[in-house]
Amino acid sequence: MSASTQTAPVREPLVGDEGGMGYLERLPRRLVTVYLPLFVFLFVLLFPFYWMAITAIKPNAQLTDYNNYSPFWVVEPTLDHIRYLLFETSYPGWLVNTIIVAVAATFVSLVTSVFAAYAIERLRFRGARFVGLAIFLAYLVPPSILFIPLALMVFNFGIYDTKLALIFTYPTFLVPFCTWLLMGYFRSIPYELEECALIDGASRWQILMKVLLPLSVPGLISAGIFAFTLSWNEFIYALTFIASSENKTVPVGVLTELVRSDVYEWGSLMAGALIGSLPVVILYSFFVEHYVSSMTGAVKE
Amino acid sequence: MSVSADTITAAPSSRWSLSRLAHDHNFLGLLFLLPAAVFLLVFLTYPLGLGVWLGFTDTRIGRAGVFVGLENYELLWEDQIFWLSVFNTILYTTVASVLKFALGLWLALILNERLPFKAFFRAIVLLPWVVPTVLSAIAFWWIYDAQFSIISWALQRMGLIDAPINFLGDATNARASVIAANVWRGIPFVAISLLAGLQTIPPSLHEAATLDGATSWQRFRYITLPMLTPIIAVVMTFSVLFTFTDFQLIYVLTRGGPLNATHLMATLSFQRAIPGGQLGEGAAIAVAMIPFLLAAILFSYFGLQRRRWQQGGAD
Repeated sequence: MSASTQTAPVREPLVGDEGGMGYLERLPRRLVTVYLPLFVFLFVLLFPFYWMAITAIKPNAQLTDYNNYSPFWVVEPTLDHIRYLLFETSYPGWLVNTIIVAVAATFVSLVTSVFAAYAIERLRFRGARFVGLAIFLAYLVPPSILFIPLALMVFNFGIYDTKLALIFTYPTFLVPFCTWLLMGYFRSIPYELEECALIDGASRWQILMKVLLPLSVPGLISAGIFAFTLSWNEFIYALTFIASSENKTVPVGVLTELVRSDVYEWGSLMAGALIGSLPVVILYSFFVEHYVSSMTGAVKE
Repeated sequence: MSVSADTITAAPSSRWSLSRLAHDHNFLGLLFLLPAAVFLLVFLTYPLGLGVWLGFTDTRIGRAGVFVGLENYELLWEDQIFWLSVFNTILYTTVASVLKFALGLWLALILNERLPFKAFFRAIVLLPWVVPTVLSAIAFWWIYDAQFSIISWALQRMGLIDAPINFLGDATNARASVIAANVWRGIPFVAISLLAGLQTIPPSLHEAATLDGATSWQRFRYITLPMLTPIIAVVMTFSVLFTFTDFQLIYVLTRGGPLNATHLMATLSFQRAIPGGQLGEGAAIAVAMIPFLLAAILFSYFGLQRRRWQQGGAD
């Protein structure tokens, strides 16, 4: 790594000598101003993932023996850590829990958000603008100031230490986000389409179901993917509301169950972190454009 | 429609009121809004109020509390650790946000250049933000290991340091380490959002300025930056908000240690409320975060207003 960072500045004057004139210095200049920083950024941003992956497949003997084995490479890759994770811990159960909770919370949030966004954006009832602003403000309320009272409520409702506790509380940050995103999406669909349907005698319900929703599929995918990722990544509620090992989600499980007091089993920890990240990364890789548009959309609208 | 056809024959008067209701925007609006509104009122507005109330009680886990007035806040006022956490939170937020903004803007400007495989770069740049924070924080925990840190090893091999760096064991190092991890995770969000903003700037402005002899710094200073200001305001408000209330990263990396040097208000609130059992005191710490958040939200609100005005659109 250090070798390649050093080669770039060395190569630059060589190319510059060939040109000489200001205009011809464009390539070496771009090397320094664009490619080198880009390379450093990419290296820093991606290195932890590489480190995670390489640690997950290193045999324990090589894990901390930097003198005999290069830490950046692995000689005899092993699947022991992953096997241990999948067959000797509750990890598969945590994966299933996380999937159930994320899917359910996303579904609930999407359905309620579609109606809310339609009401605010298209029905324009009295106070719609105020409600829109309130939704935006609700999005800004962070989980770190809600988890204590929510913990109390969850306990009193008798859903403490169940998946229901998470399915009910995750929409607190998903519904405002999805509603806000879908409001922006609905706004981009021409109102004339709806007017045509109204003149043809369609009810509001039919307009929403047969005109607006089919046209908003990309928006729904964006909101759904994003909501799924947010629920997958959620930590503080899952940490507070879940006590028993079999109900934990992946982030909480990895942190609280795989970390034992003295000896850190870095191999299986990294394998756990890697496998726990894979579902969202795969989802993300299929829907990059939707993902980016939902992220920037939420900021721009 | 078949329903209304039935009601025509059955009872004309009720059909009339039903269809009037079905066309009444206020009624329909409320009906469609109902599920989301109920959810948010029960699980967001009510807990928010309950949190404020808990701050005035001495509730513990397993025991309902009684109203104690400002006692929790008076205790916090005297509490050195609380003030340390306030200081840490402000330091953490300020330093991390400034770094995220500077590096994020830089990365956005780079990605806005003509590049091969631009879409691919843009996609992988966002990865740190997609991956669950806790899981990437665990990777950082391993990278920051006191004995086997890969950074220490690389620096030692280069001959820059003699002994491994004690990343998380020393107050200053620990603060710098958690800030670095937070910046690592935050850069992609800032960069990709600002990139979206950069792409809305018409190239003709840059062309005109270049013809008039503007340098690239002048073009950045007098075209890019002013055009980008509204989106910067919003992005940074979000960034500040989420950094200020950060919990996961600290909880994984240091749990507030060493000697509370990295305790943020959110982690202190958790520590007092859940493992410590003092729900009332924890809630009071959480409530103490609200004034800061309000300031950020007001800032964001005016940022949004300005953007609408700039686009020439009605609100």
